[in-house]
Amino acid sequence: MNDMARLQKQRLALYGWMLVAPALALMSLFAFYPAIATLWHSLFTRGTTRRPSVFAGIENYNDLFADPTFWIVVWNNLIYAGITIPVSIIFALAMALWANAHIPARSFVRSAYFTPTILPMIAAANLWLFFYTPDLGVIDQITGFFGASPTNWLGQPETALASVIMVTIWKEAGFFMIFYLAALQTIPPDLREAARIEGAGRWTYTRRVLLPLLMPTTIFVFVNAMINSVKLIDHLFILTKGGPNNASKLILYWIWEMAFAYFDSPHAAAMTILVLLTLGLVAVIQFRLVEKRTHYR
Amino acid sequence: MNTALASRPAKRALPDFDKVLDALGAWVLAIVWISPLLFATWAALQPSGTALGLDFSNPLTFENFTYVWNAVPWAGYFANTVVLVTLILAGQLVLCTLAGFAFARFEFRGRDTIFILVLLQLFILPEVLIVENYAIVSKLGLFDTALGIGLPYMASAFGIFLLRQAFKSVPVELEEAARIEGCSWMGVLWKVYVPAAKPVYLAYALVSIATHWNNFLWPLIVTNSPDTRPLTVGLSLFGAPETGVDISVISAATIMTVAPLLIAFLIFQRQFIQAFLRAGIR
Repeated sequence: MNDMARLQKQRLALYGWMLVAPALALMSLFAFYPAIATLWHSLFTRGTTRRPSVFAGIENYNDLFADPTFWIVVWNNLIYAGITIPVSIIFALAMALWANAHIPARSFVRSAYFTPTILPMIAAANLWLFFYTPDLGVIDQITGFFGASPTNWLGQPETALASVIMVTIWKEAGFFMIFYLAALQTIPPDLREAARIEGAGRWTYTRRVLLPLLMPTTIFVFVNAMINSVKLIDHLFILTKGGPNNASKLILYWIWEMAFAYFDSPHAAAMTILVLLTLGLVAVIQFRLVEKRTHYR
Repeated sequence: MNTALASRPAKRALPDFDKVLDALGAWVLAIVWISPLLFATWAALQPSGTALGLDFSNPLTFENFTYVWNAVPWAGYFANTVVLVTLILAGQLVLCTLAGFAFARFEFRGRDTIFILVLLQLFILPEVLIVENYAIVSKLGLFDTALGIGLPYMASAFGIFLLRQAFKSVPVELEEAARIEGCSWMGVLWKVYVPAAKPVYLAYALVSIATHWNNFLWPLIVTNSPDTRPLTVGLSLFGAPETGVDISVISAATIMTVAPLLIAFLIFQRQFIQAFLRAGIR
């Protein structure tokens, strides 16, 4: 009987393994192995037909740190994250509060906010070309109406990154809105009434009651926005190609450029490892914050 | 929900003013938010060369659409995207169902370790590993094939996680009843678990379709010919401003790229928003 039970258990374990095996194999091939291979290749020089690649230690990393472009790109990406994350969150929150309020044509308003979410980044970039075209674009027509001279929004270093940032905010705010919307719907309306009876104004209610209750959602959205600030770079291909003079170049675009335009995969690999380390840090922060959140409840 | 509260006589004199401000703010933002799409739609319907003048007296025309359709293998790009999206979704559904089932209902040594590895993959973005994945796909001889684009996405950690959660919430009694009636493991999965997780499948499918319809960087890297290129890559090659293509024509191409998904969204709005919500909160 005991043997039967053990046999049964072994059979179940075998089934379990067979069920995960296909997914695990593909995942190993396209996530775990490449991650390790990237680390490995980041330690070697670029091989040519005449000179095979040789072990270089951390030389590729040193090259990166010595390259002024590296610092420009990292700094750009920090600005990109530092602006898109808080601004998207503020817009998302405002959108959710409005889409949850009793206003006429509410479902139109909600769809309008959400629509950019389902558009490809490439298409979003094309749509925004309209706004940025010097002289003829929508922005210049509006500012021109007030007498301002035309601006080459995408073509000058001062405004290129900001133009790219605008598109990202436009694209992701509506997506983050739906999480706030869902959270708002779980907040009982009595709270608002209670706050009103206590004489709390609308602003006090938002700041002292709503925002703390929405904190878990904000953390969730924050982590997603952080990942997006690495991931969302497709629009660069249309809008600026990282230029002018690297002014709007972001890390992932730079990796693509190094690997597929300059065929310098060792340095691209080293940069990839740095990104993976950062993402790992984000994961750790998220787990920490989630722990705190359960404590908070 | 709280209309009763809102319509109650107000203590202060201003709430109505507040409400008007709210509505105004919400509408202005909504109009700003869809204006890029509206402008593009309008421009696409203008004779080329006139769009940016914002002259509303021009007659509307479909010539930009016919031009795009004839200038590039658009029907081919479209078919490639449909094939790609279907292929990825099919692969994901099969692989994630099996793995999710294993994690939810089977005991085996190493299960928890493997599950942590799966969770880890949520943070290793496939976009970041482009360099090595390109090498792997080339070595497998899958460069410039639909399978080459799709394969890295099929074992989706996110799908596995979502389905595991869904399967775990199915009462074990249902499974036991099915087993007493003589169902095999596969029968149990197919007749008990899969039907119970239907809303999760729907949500996952919508998100997967939207994601891969819109995906760009990886398909750009592993495609090289009009026979495999999806719409987004086609659009990017076509739309680059330095090619001197007219903005009306770019708009028409953009509208054609986003139209299928946009129309689906307008029809199934509620399902779409629910799907993104369910898929996001994991």
